[in-house]
Amino acid sequence: MTVPLMLGVGYLLRPKGKDTRRKMTSYECGEEPVGSAWIKFNIRFYIVAIVFIIFDVEMAAIFPAATVFKESITNGSVALVFSEIFLFVALLLIGLIYCWVRGDLEWVKGVTKFAPNK
Amino acid sequence: MVQSAQFAHSLEGWFGFLPLWGWAAISAFIVIYFLALPFGGLATYIERKIAADMQDRIGPNRVGPIGLFQFAADAIKMLSKEDFIPKGGDRFLFNLAPLFVVVGSCTAFAVLPLSKYLIGADVNIGVIFILAVTTLIAPGLLLGSWASENKWSLLGGLRAASQIVSYEIPVALSILPVVLISGSLQIGTIVEQQGWTVFGENPATYHFWNAFHNPFTFFSMFLLFVGGLAETNRIPFDLPEAESELVSGFNTEFSGMRFGLYALGEFCDVFVMSAMVTALFLGGWHIPFLDIEKLGFALPTGLVAFIQFHVFMIKTLLVVFVVMWLRWTLPRLRVDQLMGMCWKGLLPLAFFNVLGTALWMWAFKGQSLMQLLMGHG
Repeated sequence: MTVPLMLGVGYLLRPKGKDTRRKMTSYECGEEPVGSAWIKFNIRFYIVAIVFIIFDVEMAAIFPAATVFKESITNGSVALVFSEIFLFVALLLIGLIYCWVRGDLEWVKGVTKFAPNK
Repeated sequence: MVQSAQFAHSLEGWFGFLPLWGWAAISAFIVIYFLALPFGGLATYIERKIAADMQDRIGPNRVGPIGLFQFAADAIKMLSKEDFIPKGGDRFLFNLAPLFVVVGSCTAFAVLPLSKYLIGADVNIGVIFILAVTTLIAPGLLLGSWASENKWSLLGGLRAASQIVSYEIPVALSILPVVLISGSLQIGTIVEQQGWTVFGENPATYHFWNAFHNPFTFFSMFLLFVGGLAETNRIPFDLPEAESELVSGFNTEFSGMRFGLYALGEFCDVFVMSAMVTALFLGGWHIPFLDIEKLGFALPTGLVAFIQFHVFMIKTLLVVFVVMWLRWTLPRLRVDQLMGMCWKGLLPLAFFNVLGTALWMWAFKGQSLMQLLMGHG
């Protein structure tokens, strides 16, 4: 509601310039853009997204157990609830270690040494 | 909670001529126009003033007394700027993107516990609600960057998405100790438990600020703060809009009020994150060692709400000040450092904190450091 209002006021106030071709190009520090900007980007973003999904879902599963943890201290089922939390955290930790060992967490995949031509 | 429910009930008696959704709409209006927007505006002014002070400059001082109306002038300027969508861009997504950011950060204001009697909606999953709603910002940034068909924007947007998404995990895991301690996801309940008074008897549920509940929660507070910084793209983590490498990142092509909306969303998000640190770890509306509702005599509810509101705001704005302070203290990280710090540094620490807090709770029957020291509970 607010956002259309603010944009609407802006629409009434602002000047409307001519849409020259130069102006409508995207900004690349004054250079003519080469090709589309919808380029193939780094596959690592995709890996990050997948790892995030797995971690986030598991974390959502911890929250209910965490909510009843305080009650469980007084009503005697604390060992059960604690082991449940521990199980989830351990699962996540194993997943983390797996990713770490596999090298998915390394942003820089090995640096090629610059070898000058002799 | 019972008290606030009664308070709401008495309100219904006075203002029964409007249906509940009408009041909901009006309170949303009030929250957005009297809290989120002025804060977003004033924050830009305060940030510039702080920046100026740290660099030994004067800062804005022309518009109004000591430059106080600078943000109004900025708003008028932004409104009157030409709006511009690059030709190759996706018009629909370009229009949609700032909406995501503003909605994501302004909706979170609804569950912020300004005072015991001043919570927009004290929903019983408040903590998760804030987490869920502020994550809307990530698709907002990604859509905006994609739609503007600009290589700088795309790179910035991708960085923003991966960064926000990665830091979401340490943030949620550093909230988990608080949930363990308080046994509730309701922010009102969580804050209420953080009271402590030296005048009179403490209820068994009171255990002072969560930050000082045990050593693990103390670290969790810093984890939440760092994660919050990263999620709001503030300076040590502002890679998505790193102006020295990506021109302006995801908002390169945005001009006029659309850019203003992005900026507003960011500042509101900073406020929400700071309010979250305050509410979950720094005692929210409680004055340290003093409970104004247990003084021995009853203060009027309105006055209590007024005092609590101000205490909460002071704490939150202090956290906001630290955020702005850091901007002029720390250099920007590199992408690989950023991701490495999240996954290899913060995440194991957060796990450690969760397990540590659980063990502490088990070992000491849920008592806080304060309760153990003072022999309560």
